[in-house]
Amino acid sequence: MTTVQAGLTYYKQVNEQIRAAQDSEITVENVIGQRYIGCGSTDRKITVHGTAGNGLGQYLNGSTIEVFGNAQEAVGDTMNAGEIVVHGSVGDACGYAMRGGKIYIKGDCGYRAGIHMKAYQQHFPVMVVGGKAGSFLGEYLAGGLILVLGIGQNGAYPVNNFCGTGMHGGKIVLRCDKAPTDLPRQVLVSEVSEDDMTEFAPYIKEYAQLFGADAENLLSQKYFVLTPNPEAGYKQLYTFEA
Amino acid sequence: MLQKEGQVRIPAGCAISGIFHKDGTRENGTRIIDSIRTMHDRSNGLGGGFAGYGIYPEYADYYAFHVFYDTQAAKEECEREIERHFDIVNLSKIPTRQHPRITDAPMIWRYFVTPLPTKLAASQLEEREFTSRFVIRINHTLNGAYIFSSGKNMGVFKANGFPEDVGEYYMLENYEAYSWTCHGRYPTNTPGWWGGAHPFALLDTTVVHNGEISSYDANRRFIEMFGYSCDLLTDTEVITYIIDYLGRKLGMTYSEIANVIAAPFWSTIEKQEPKERERLTYLRNAFASLMVTGPFSILVGYTGGLMALNDRLKLRSMVVGEKDDTVYIASEECAIRVIQPELDKLWAPKGGEPVIVNLKNGGNQ
Repeated sequence: MTTVQAGLTYYKQVNEQIRAAQDSEITVENVIGQRYIGCGSTDRKITVHGTAGNGLGQYLNGSTIEVFGNAQEAVGDTMNAGEIVVHGSVGDACGYAMRGGKIYIKGDCGYRAGIHMKAYQQHFPVMVVGGKAGSFLGEYLAGGLILVLGIGQNGAYPVNNFCGTGMHGGKIVLRCDKAPTDLPRQVLVSEVSEDDMTEFAPYIKEYAQLFGADAENLLSQKYFVLTPNPEAGYKQLYTFEA
Repeated sequence: MLQKEGQVRIPAGCAISGIFHKDGTRENGTRIIDSIRTMHDRSNGLGGGFAGYGIYPEYADYYAFHVFYDTQAAKEECEREIERHFDIVNLSKIPTRQHPRITDAPMIWRYFVTPLPTKLAASQLEEREFTSRFVIRINHTLNGAYIFSSGKNMGVFKANGFPEDVGEYYMLENYEAYSWTCHGRYPTNTPGWWGGAHPFALLDTTVVHNGEISSYDANRRFIEMFGYSCDLLTDTEVITYIIDYLGRKLGMTYSEIANVIAAPFWSTIEKQEPKERERLTYLRNAFASLMVTGPFSILVGYTGGLMALNDRLKLRSMVVGEKDDTVYIASEECAIRVIQPELDKLWAPKGGEPVIVNLKNGGNQ
């Protein structure tokens, strides 16, 4: 295993050391906001201690990144495959245009998480947020799954405003006691049945295992799923009809 | 020839950071420089600056004018004007150290002044209004002179360059403040020059800003009806005047000011309880032209306090950390952790939700 000391070293040098490492397992210590860690990488296991800077795991292509601390903006931006686990919270625009792989966040995510995530054939992006999410969660969602567990929210709606605005594919699953109101017209909401739960349970169990939460308790709670409203979609936006 | 604001467009972000001691403890500029340094890549060397509060206790009752002069003639004329209206109790060059990356400096002078009693009485104005009108007039009419700081017991230090270099240039290790704000500039639309660096200040109100104001000209047209003059042709300047107008002239609280400049969406207002709905509706309607649109995160410094505010869509990053009686606010968490690794609390305020911190007991320890 290779260990890289980040400290106040410029991000470029830190990333050069990570890329040059012969080992597939790399630990980066004392990270203070260095950007683009693990960016575009394949088949690495990168462990980060400290505050991961902007663009952690952007374009990730199969590596696993685990952060002990918080991460800043644009975690997993446009990631393709792999897994990012954050034992803390993340800033804005996490999982932006993500098209594959998984992101697990122990705490909260900022604004615009999962904007325009998309799925294609075997590619199916998943983002699991343990706490709450900022506004515009899953805006223009086109595919994949966003799960917000609302831990610590006492059953309250765990998203700020404008959840799923412009959504036209994929699913957003929220744990809360009452069906959210004031959702945009592009969004339909329904309670998750026990049967539906089989689809989401593996991710909840994975979350519980990663962060030491009580899986059974989480699975026994009430969830709502947001799906695109076929009546209010954009299907005719780009087509001409005489 | 140097092209100034409005004559050229350079696309680009910025960095802001602030340290506030609620118990009034003062610290020198070393840590605020270390904080902004970690966000080096958010700036591009075209402007950096700092505001410190509590730095001139020996002159606490005097306005501290910090002035840039392009020419000796401008300096002579400005000094004549200052002398005509103010009693100057002390004047000096602002101390700087030679710095390889800070070049083309104007003359930088500091004056501790108090309005001449006869002039003040004849003007029939309150002291702060008298002083702010003087500052606006000089900046508007006197070519080559720019009063970029004009409050009491506080001061702005800014230059063209990276902020960490600017802090070293002004030797901020020699100033002790209970509140520091700073800014690293990456100009959007406009080139960097000394006057265009943040903070922008009028009296003791200072603003550092990361973002771009799409409502700039609508805001400018409105605020100029009340005696302000936007002469630096950069968007942040107008926020300073809006806050001075709403706060000092209309007596609004900082929280109300936040509700005006980052007014919630109508759909968000509708969801409020009737009384709050009515209040927000009034503020949004009555001051529609002072709503600031476009992405921003700002730190507003004032005597005894600090306000942090994001635009309502939160299109810029900003986090707040607390450790004991000290509050840290920055564009990126790393800029806080680098000077304070352990925090009691860390959070990202919602868009349009102000974070306001004030000195406890008026700062008396």
